[in-house]
Amino acid sequence: MSQYAADVVALARKDLLIELRTRDTLPAMVLFVVSALTVFHFALPGGSSARAETGLLWIAILFTGLLGLARAFAAEREQGLLDGLVLAPSDRSAIWVGKTIGVSAFLVLAELVALPAFALFFHPVTWELIAAVALADIGIAAIGTLLAAIAAASRSRELLLPLLFLPLAIPVVIGGVGASVAAHPGSFLGFLGLYDAVFAILSWASFEYVVTE
Amino acid sequence: MIRAQNLSKRFGDKRVIVALDLDVPHGGFVLLTGPNGSGKTTLLRLCAGLAAPTNGVLEIAVSRGQIGFLAHEPLVYRDLTALENLDLYARLYRIPERRERCGAMLERFGLWRERNARAITLSRGMLQRLALCRTFLHDPDLLLLDEPFEGLDAEGSDLLLEELTSRTATALVATHDPKLFASRATGRLALA
Repeated sequence: MSQYAADVVALARKDLLIELRTRDTLPAMVLFVVSALTVFHFALPGGSSARAETGLLWIAILFTGLLGLARAFAAEREQGLLDGLVLAPSDRSAIWVGKTIGVSAFLVLAELVALPAFALFFHPVTWELIAAVALADIGIAAIGTLLAAIAAASRSRELLLPLLFLPLAIPVVIGGVGASVAAHPGSFLGFLGLYDAVFAILSWASFEYVVTE
Repeated sequence: MIRAQNLSKRFGDKRVIVALDLDVPHGGFVLLTGPNGSGKTTLLRLCAGLAAPTNGVLEIAVSRGQIGFLAHEPLVYRDLTALENLDLYARLYRIPERRERCGAMLERFGLWRERNARAITLSRGMLQRLALCRTFLHDPDLLLLDEPFEGLDAEGSDLLLEELTSRTATALVATHDPKLFASRATGRLALA
């Protein structure tokens, strides 16, 4: 295993271990997404279109992701730990990759509960929807982790993160809803894949400048 | 090892460091003194590369992996154990035989019995000892220490003095009590 990969594994493992002990983030994400889908179930008029129902799922996923992202740098922010990580000789982008893996893992685990709940409340989940959600997770985690690091350095971080994240997540909703309901979802899945690639490369390359003054 | 010329740092309208010249030779042990707010911590952060100067030149002769930085905060994860914290840093600093090295550092600073205790359960003094383990873990060539005796009891202070005496690394140490370093200090910079 290359040193870079070893650094990423060490950093991601640390985040997962801390979550396993504190259970600060994942239970909140699961509760939130199930609560949101329950509210949507009662709020949506009967006989609504599949497109409307799927749109609500994507809203729930997006805000669940936001909840996880808001906690992504909580330990580093509260205890000034980013200084310790930044000083290590490892490539600073490894911090971003490690965090992105952690955020993605929490999102996937929350969706393991959310998708069956969606199927229960609304309509069956298709393979296209699952593929779109998987691709969207990568994009949400990639750009969201970078923005969470930017917001963590700010005093108004609770306001800043949604303001930065939601506009940039609009393509995720467009691609996600499109891939879930279109007759030919290939182009929407391709769009989500392209979004992931572009924002993952941008975030990976710019993370160093975000965590250093 | 450290050379600063006309170094300035400003936060908004507040000037923290103004036109500072500094030369710390290889092996030098320089104390930073001065009242609260005089810029001691800021100077250490500048030297560590954690902040950028507003003006002037700052040259550090070592890479960041050779710096041992002790901050006000211990820079350890409160929900990891003492051993897990050191193991994480040992991995990131690519320390060979890291388990043995982590164990040796914990023993040296009297934390072996607390190795499996989460950092959140440690007292302020124990946390400072753990922070010292982290700082010295990779045998740094340049030590940047901010009030290293803070929170330490008599035994902890003795262990730290012993550690500092046994090392030849260049050091820049912010302190309110220069007498503690009388035997080791080679210079002193008083910030106003």
